[in-house]
Amino acid sequence: MIEMQDVYKTYSNGVVALNGVSVRIKQGEFVYVVGPSGAGKSTFVKMMYREEKPTSGSIMINGVNLAKLKDSKVPLLRRHIGVVFQDFKLLPKLTVYENVAFALEVIEESPKTIKKKVMEVLDLVGLKHKVRSYPNELSGGEQQRVSIARSIVNSPKIVIADEPTGNLDPETSWGIMELFEQINDRGTTIVMATHNREIVNTIKRRVIAIENGKIVRDEARGEYGYDD
Amino acid sequence: MTINTLKRHMRESVKSLGRNGWMTFASISAVTVTLLLVGVFLVIMFNMNHFAKNIEDDVEIRVYIDLTATEKDKQALRAKIDAIPEVKEIQYSSKENELKNLIKSFGEEGSSFRLFEQDNPLSDVYVVKTVKPTDTMKVAKQIETFKFAHKVKYGQGEVEKLFKTLKIARNIGLGLIIGLLFTAMFLISNTIKITIFARRREIEIMRLVGATNGFIRWPFFLEGLWLGVIGAVVPVVSLSFVYYNIYEFVKPRLAVPFMQLLPFNPFMWQISAVLLLLGACIGVWGSMMSVRKFLKV
Repeated sequence: MIEMQDVYKTYSNGVVALNGVSVRIKQGEFVYVVGPSGAGKSTFVKMMYREEKPTSGSIMINGVNLAKLKDSKVPLLRRHIGVVFQDFKLLPKLTVYENVAFALEVIEESPKTIKKKVMEVLDLVGLKHKVRSYPNELSGGEQQRVSIARSIVNSPKIVIADEPTGNLDPETSWGIMELFEQINDRGTTIVMATHNREIVNTIKRRVIAIENGKIVRDEARGEYGYDD
Repeated sequence: MTINTLKRHMRESVKSLGRNGWMTFASISAVTVTLLLVGVFLVIMFNMNHFAKNIEDDVEIRVYIDLTATEKDKQALRAKIDAIPEVKEIQYSSKENELKNLIKSFGEEGSSFRLFEQDNPLSDVYVVKTVKPTDTMKVAKQIETFKFAHKVKYGQGEVEKLFKTLKIARNIGLGLIIGLLFTAMFLISNTIKITIFARRREIEIMRLVGATNGFIRWPFFLEGLWLGVIGAVVPVVSLSFVYYNIYEFVKPRLAVPFMQLLPFNPFMWQISAVLLLLGACIGVWGSMMSVRKFLKV
C-alpha cells in the first residue's frame, strides 16, 4: 500500500514540482499517472522509489515513511520495488540472462536461487530462448521485456513504470501492456506514468492526472483526457 | 560478505579490467611510469645514503702527539680527549705502526721507507672517532687546544663540504619523490574517474535494484588495487633485473671500500615491497576518491 500525505517538492533550483499531493494506492491496484509534460508526473513516481525526497509531507510504503528513511536504508526499500524505464536501462555488455541475474547478484542471492528465479521470469516474459543474446541483438519490445523481467525477479509488491511504452511502436506496446496486466493479476501493484492515450482509454484502469504539481483528477476507470 | 559475493567482486573487477581495455592500459601505464621513476630515485637515494654513511664512518680525527711527550703526558692527553662527550672511541697507533702502514700503502716502492725503521721521524697518533660524524670539526678544534697535541688532522673543509652536498642531494631527492607520488595519485584518480564514469550506468542500475553502497564500491576498490599492483610489476621486475646486473658488474670493479653498492639481497626485495605497496595504495586511493563522488546521492 502506498499513501502520500500533503507531499510538496521544490527542487534546489526553485522549481516547484509537487504542490500538495495526497493519494492512496491499495495493494494490487493498477494506476495510470497522466498529465502534460513537466506537470510533476516524473517527480510523483520518483518519490515512490525514493529517487527524490519530498520537501515536506509523508510517503508511506508498506508502513515505512520514505520521507524519513535514512540513505543507508534505501537499498533495502528498492529490493521491494521494481522499476521500469522508457529507455530500458539494460547493461549492453551483459547478456539477457546476466542482465536479469544482476538484480539478484547485487543483493547477494545464492547462485542456485538466482538461476531458478531468472529462468522463471524469463519464461514469464517469453524470452527463454534469448537468454544468451545481448541487448543490441534484441528489438525494443524484447529489451523492455528483459527490463520488466529484471524489475520483477525479486517478486516485489510494487512495480513502478515511467513511460514504459514511450520508445516502442503501438503494436509492441500492446504486448508490453499485456505483460503488465499479467503481473498485476498476480497481485502486484502497478503505478505507470504514461503518455499513451490509446492504451489508457482501452485498458481501463484507475487514472490519476497531475497538472502543475497537483492531482486534478482521480477516477477508478478513467480516460486519458488529453489531446496530445 | 559471502564467499560467492567476494568471488563475484573479484570476477567483476578482473572482467572490467579487460572490458575497459584502453583505460586499463592507460591507468597501468601511469602507475608504471611513476613507480619506475620513484623506484630509480629510491635506488639512487638509498645508495647515496649508503655511500654517505660509509664516508661518514671513515671520517676520523688524527691527533699527532708531540715527540717530547712522555708516557704520562700521553695518558693525560688521552684522558682529556676521552672526556669530550662527543667522542666515541680512541685508538692508539704507535709511530712504528704508523711507519708500517705507510710502507704498506706505498706498495712495492714502500720498501725504500724501511730505512726509517732505524730512526723513525713519525709521531705517535691517537685516532679519534666521534659519535656523530658531523661533530668531527668541533671535536678536532677542541683537541687542538690540548697540550702535546702537536697536530690535528681531520680532512679540514673537505668533510664539511661533503656533508653539505649530501644533505642537499638527499633533500632534493626526497622532494622529487613526494612530488612524483602526488602526480601519480592524481593521474590514477583521474583515470579511474573516467573508468567509473564509463560505468555510471551500471552503478545507476545497481542502486535501482537495491545494491548497498558497500557492495557497489567493492569491485572498484579491487579494480583500483589491481591497476596499482599490476602497474608496479613492470617497475619491480625491470628495476630488479637492471640493478642485479649493475651490481654484479660493479662489485668486482669498485675496490674503494666506501664506494660499494647496497647488496641486491635484501635491498631490492625491500624496494620491490615498497613499490608494490605504493602501487596498491595509490590505486585504491584513486579509485575510492572517484567512487565516492558517484555514490553521494
